[in-house]
Amino acid sequence: MNRRDGMSGLTIENLSMRFDLPNGTAVQALKDISLKIKQGELMSVLGPSGCGKTTLLNIVAGFLAPTEGRITLNGHLVKGPDAERGMVFQQGALFEWMNVRENVSFGPRMAGRREKDWGGTVDHLLDVVGLRDFKEKAVYELSGGMQQRVALARCLANDPDVILMDEPLGALDALTREKMQSLVLKLWKETGKTIILITHSVEEALLLGERLLVMAPRPGRIHREYRLPFADLGVGQDLRQVKRHPEFAQRREEILGMIWDMEEEIMGRTEESA
Amino acid sequence: MIVLLIYAAIFVASYVIVKLVVHRQARDYTSLKTVTFGDESAVTPNRIASVVSILSIFLLWAAFTGSTLVPRFLHAPGPFIGDATFTYTAEAEGQRDDATVTVRVFRVGEDVAVPEVDPGDGWAKNDSDTVGAWRSGLIRVDRNDELGRDSGHAVVAVNGQPIEPGGSVQTDFGRVGMSPKGTLNFEPAKGWQMEPIWLPPPEAVLTRLVEISREGYRDSTLWEHLGYSLFRVLVGFVTGALVGIPLGYAMGLSNWFRGWFDPIVEFMRPVPPLALIPLVIIWAGIGETGKIILLFLAALWIMAIAARSGVSGVRISKVHAAYSLGASKGQIMRHVIVPNSLPEIFTGARVAMGVCWGTVVAAELVAAEKGAGMMIMVASKFQLTDIVIMGIILIGVIGFGIDILMRKAEKALVPWKGRG
Ligand SMILES: Nc1ncnc2c1ncn2[C@@H]1O[C@H](COP(=O)(O)OP(=O)(O)O)[C@@H](O)[C@H]1O
Ligand SMILES: [Mg+2]
Repeated sequence: MNRRDGMSGLTIENLSMRFDLPNGTAVQALKDISLKIKQGELMSVLGPSGCGKTTLLNIVAGFLAPTEGRITLNGHLVKGPDAERGMVFQQGALFEWMNVRENVSFGPRMAGRREKDWGGTVDHLLDVVGLRDFKEKAVYELSGGMQQRVALARCLANDPDVILMDEPLGALDALTREKMQSLVLKLWKETGKTIILITHSVEEALLLGERLLVMAPRPGRIHREYRLPFADLGVGQDLRQVKRHPEFAQRREEILGMIWDMEEEIMGRTEESA
Repeated sequence: MIVLLIYAAIFVASYVIVKLVVHRQARDYTSLKTVTFGDESAVTPNRIASVVSILSIFLLWAAFTGSTLVPRFLHAPGPFIGDATFTYTAEAEGQRDDATVTVRVFRVGEDVAVPEVDPGDGWAKNDSDTVGAWRSGLIRVDRNDELGRDSGHAVVAVNGQPIEPGGSVQTDFGRVGMSPKGTLNFEPAKGWQMEPIWLPPPEAVLTRLVEISREGYRDSTLWEHLGYSLFRVLVGFVTGALVGIPLGYAMGLSNWFRGWFDPIVEFMRPVPPLALIPLVIIWAGIGETGKIILLFLAALWIMAIAARSGVSGVRISKVHAAYSLGASKGQIMRHVIVPNSLPEIFTGARVAMGVCWGTVVAAELVAAEKGAGMMIMVASKFQLTDIVIMGIILIGVIGFGIDILMRKAEKALVPWKGRG
């Protein structure tokens, strides 16, 4: 199934995004970003806040049209949102008027498929994310971690080629977050999906990203890219084990320092202009 | 004033009594809280207080109207009823003489005869007359006296206390005043109770309710009156919602609609529906059409604004999520935007129903042949206060009932309200 040939995968070419503000000024949110993400890769994206991570993801998802550049998925141009690119939001994107199972089966149902076609997949996914006993529950009765598992399952039930996640675990407590990180790794390995995951946690980016993209602000651009072994090590493993890996600590310090420098630079600049 | 003080006293007294007598048995979570002042969630309505509150209103009502529903010792002092007497001293042609006046004070509406009195001796003769409770009456004491006004008859004292034109004397039975021309005027003591024409006792209202629900009022049964009001509200509200909700959706989804209708809606929103009554009467007359147009207009803007804010209130991530799950515009409308706006629409519907109910009563007060408002308006013209009060209570009960129903429907249909 792994189509790692030239046509498959996600290509971002010379992408730029400028927001023209009502007061006449403009914000260069992204400048000249080029990337190639192969089918089945998990790429995490880090960067100080305001560096354009969400904007980049929204463009890939098709919610925003870039001012310059283009995005292709498996050889065809991305023009708007589509079921081939699923999205997992930080929170609040579930439909409260549907129960857990109705939420998860939303994609197949909208595509007009019958329950006998999707019922098995949906129930299997609910098992995988550990919500077997909560199928009929209202989503607002679930904890934050459970709600994010519903969101993951809902995205997977639609079988997208690419999954885009914007700080999906950002609102969870540390313990729940660790469990969810294992779950994301497991689902990634099992399904072989291409995943772009935005996070503001350096550890999370290191643990989950096969590739790690560090972005810099003003204008938003790619600062550095890493290729990391930890995601592969972490599959089916205790993630705390992985964190003890000597290279892990070294990378973490390196990237933390990098982001600190950027944040300081931003602060310096705002102080100057003030 | 007195009533207010008594009410406050009942409030405090029942609080103290309930605090002393009722120890909270239930050890629920709230009862374990040590900080409750300032914790809004720890404040729940005390049901005993609610019951006592309603009871004390009825008690005050009964006590100050001399109701037969409560024991006599609870009654506020009533008006004087019976034979009142006072003496007057008259002067004519230099001679003074005393005589007694007997005034029979009766309940208005009852038959009464002028008391027989012995004329007595002297040239000033004893008088008698009748006066209704809470009323007053002129008493021409000089009429039967041997020396009349031609002889310079003038009353100089009442019960031994001097009196002059414009002045008055308090007696045990009431006030005796003197008109500028010198005629005595007796005003029996009113007590603290309310005259039935101002506030009838509860049982009178109840009797009226039974009577009107049996025999009807003004050619229609009570149920017809109330049914007509409810019917108008329902038709007005439903048509208002049927137009207003799609209009609100359109305004929430399209620039053109938003731009076109914003000025209209924003202008109509602050215009109270009552202010439209005259115009609607000019245009559509006082029949059903006019009332329904009025209620339609009352509901329309509220529902349009509720639907508009329901649409604008949708979290963009929900819409984005639906798009990335492959939903079409129509599906997003049906499965995301509409359900997401339902809580707002229900809130709007509750407000609209309340406004419509108020507006229909007001419109019926102005002009109608049937309806709750018409009933109390006509009754007030004939000073049938019991019908007026009965009508007000029924209007309140129905309005309250409507709100309860709306809340029940809301709970059943949009259980996710406020949990997004
Ligand atoms: N709709 C918008 N209009 C104007 N400016 C925007 C808009 N969206 C984002 N921006 C600006 O673009 C920059 C990048 O934003 P964003 O992508 O949200 O950053 P991040 O997700 O990395 O924190 C910020 O400076 C932000 O102010
Ligand atoms: Mg962001």
